[in-house]
Amino acid sequence: MAMTLSQKILAAHAGLSDVKAGQLITADLDLVLGNDITSPVAIKEIEAHGGGKVFDKSKIALVMDHFVPNKDIKSAEQCKCCRAFAREQGVENFFDVGQMGVEHALLPEKGLVGAGDLVIGADSHTCTYGALGAFSTGVGSTDMAYGMLTGKAWFKVPAAIKVVLRGKKPKHVSGKDVILHLIGLIGVSGALYKSLEFTGDGCADMTMDDRLTICNMAIEAGAKNGIFACDDVTLAYLEEHCAKTPRVFEADADAEYEREVVIDLDSLRPTVSFPHLPENTHTVDEIGDIAIDQVVIGSCTNGRISDLRTAAEVLKGRTVHESVRTIVIPATQSIYLQALREGLIETFIKAGAVVSTPTCGPCLGGYMGILASGEKCVATTNRNFVGRMGATDSEIYLASPYVAACSAVLGKIGVL
Amino acid sequence: MKGFVHKYKDNVNTDEIIPARYLNDSSPAALAAHCMEDIDKTFVGKVKKGDIIVAEKNFGCGSSREHAPIAIKASGVSCVIACDFARIFFRNCINIGLPILECPEAAKDAEDGDEIEVDLEKGLIKNVTKGKEYSVPPFPPEIRAIIARGGLLNK
Repeated sequence: MAMTLSQKILAAHAGLSDVKAGQLITADLDLVLGNDITSPVAIKEIEAHGGGKVFDKSKIALVMDHFVPNKDIKSAEQCKCCRAFAREQGVENFFDVGQMGVEHALLPEKGLVGAGDLVIGADSHTCTYGALGAFSTGVGSTDMAYGMLTGKAWFKVPAAIKVVLRGKKPKHVSGKDVILHLIGLIGVSGALYKSLEFTGDGCADMTMDDRLTICNMAIEAGAKNGIFACDDVTLAYLEEHCAKTPRVFEADADAEYEREVVIDLDSLRPTVSFPHLPENTHTVDEIGDIAIDQVVIGSCTNGRISDLRTAAEVLKGRTVHESVRTIVIPATQSIYLQALREGLIETFIKAGAVVSTPTCGPCLGGYMGILASGEKCVATTNRNFVGRMGATDSEIYLASPYVAACSAVLGKIGVL
Repeated sequence: MKGFVHKYKDNVNTDEIIPARYLNDSSPAALAAHCMEDIDKTFVGKVKKGDIIVAEKNFGCGSSREHAPIAIKASGVSCVIACDFARIFFRNCINIGLPILECPEAAKDAEDGDEIEVDLEKGLIKNVTKGKEYSVPPFPPEIRAIIARGGLLNK
């Protein structure tokens, strides 16, 4: 029976020759991920059910990134709980302050995910690793607990939407604009329970960072996973970062897709999602004057080195608008160090921005850039829900690092 | 189970159900104290044991935080009915044993304060206030087995 790329990976991990959409399967996991918010719930669940050992010490990743370095006593207690569990269980991939980064930037960089892997993570943006040709999806803490103990998870095999990328992106259009455009087209539940499989000649124009950003936001269309087939770009990235042998799967030529969406990359323009849903997209040239109070450049969506380079290119020799608090957050220590070596950090500081240690902080309204009542922020993050970054009547506009940096200079949403 | 309806619209997200500023404490009681806070500040004051949350499309979208269904369950809510659910929220409810039902007709008809009776075994939703009945297709046996043992980790 013909299968999509996602179905092929699921079938292989369930020991089945084929699977079909809607089928319930139990599959073997290559990696189980949790962070400082979701892991304590999983750890308590394990304790409440009589304890037990993790299935494989090398296949668990615990990343302290959401409220880290800890913002308050309760957050510190949550990390303490994770730290104790990691030590007791001998979890090999435990990332604490000094080693940690924003989880979905960190794991690919550390080579913990390879092509053809099956990954679950107690964080909705776990879908990021589809960029590496893996089937990767977000789950809750109980799934994480069960996965840590057994190495298995239950899945309903998803149907899929084929997203055909054609042509080449114009200048100043990035992976972020591609995914915001797609979410604008199909809506925040447009891919509910489904896979988003990216294909077409335009994939060759997508760098690994573009792909990571695109797959990262698949969840914002409701998708179970987003995925690019493993190609030369993937293999080159994995060669540099990952010791595992890539397992290359391909969708069958006659695989069934529920829907096909074609995106002509040449026609895309920098895109902004207005409050309070990622589907509220506008191209930057159709936005009137919207004055802003803050810009955040970072997160698992856009805190990678290419994102910082783009922002620095805009900010070099310029200063941010006097009314815009500009916060730059390299997503990992290695990205931070690279940015330092390239002089990007100096560019940011000279422009009047602040540079933070890696953290998810402001993206989810944790700390490091909370918005007051009525304030507006342009963010390279992934969600602009009510109250996501602070007061319930504050507003978040989602955009690329290019648009965010330009907006910081202008004091309003726009490009230079 | 029988309870009064708290009605919400499309795309209620888990940040609204339990804002991240409260995720530094995962105890059910602490989470319940802020349940629905960013979409309905009156919810915590008015919710009673057995009440039912009814919403329209894509309920529970966004973050994977299991704190959201934990907060709802700890508030005393007996069941959530929606046109459909975001997938992580859907599996989290099953995994922690919070009953949920997908029924677009019942979800659209229900209004705030309606009295609703649910028979999970038979897959029946009865809106007592409106005098209407709806049937819901049963979950597949694998999922029913998880619900029957009260959650994924229960033996």
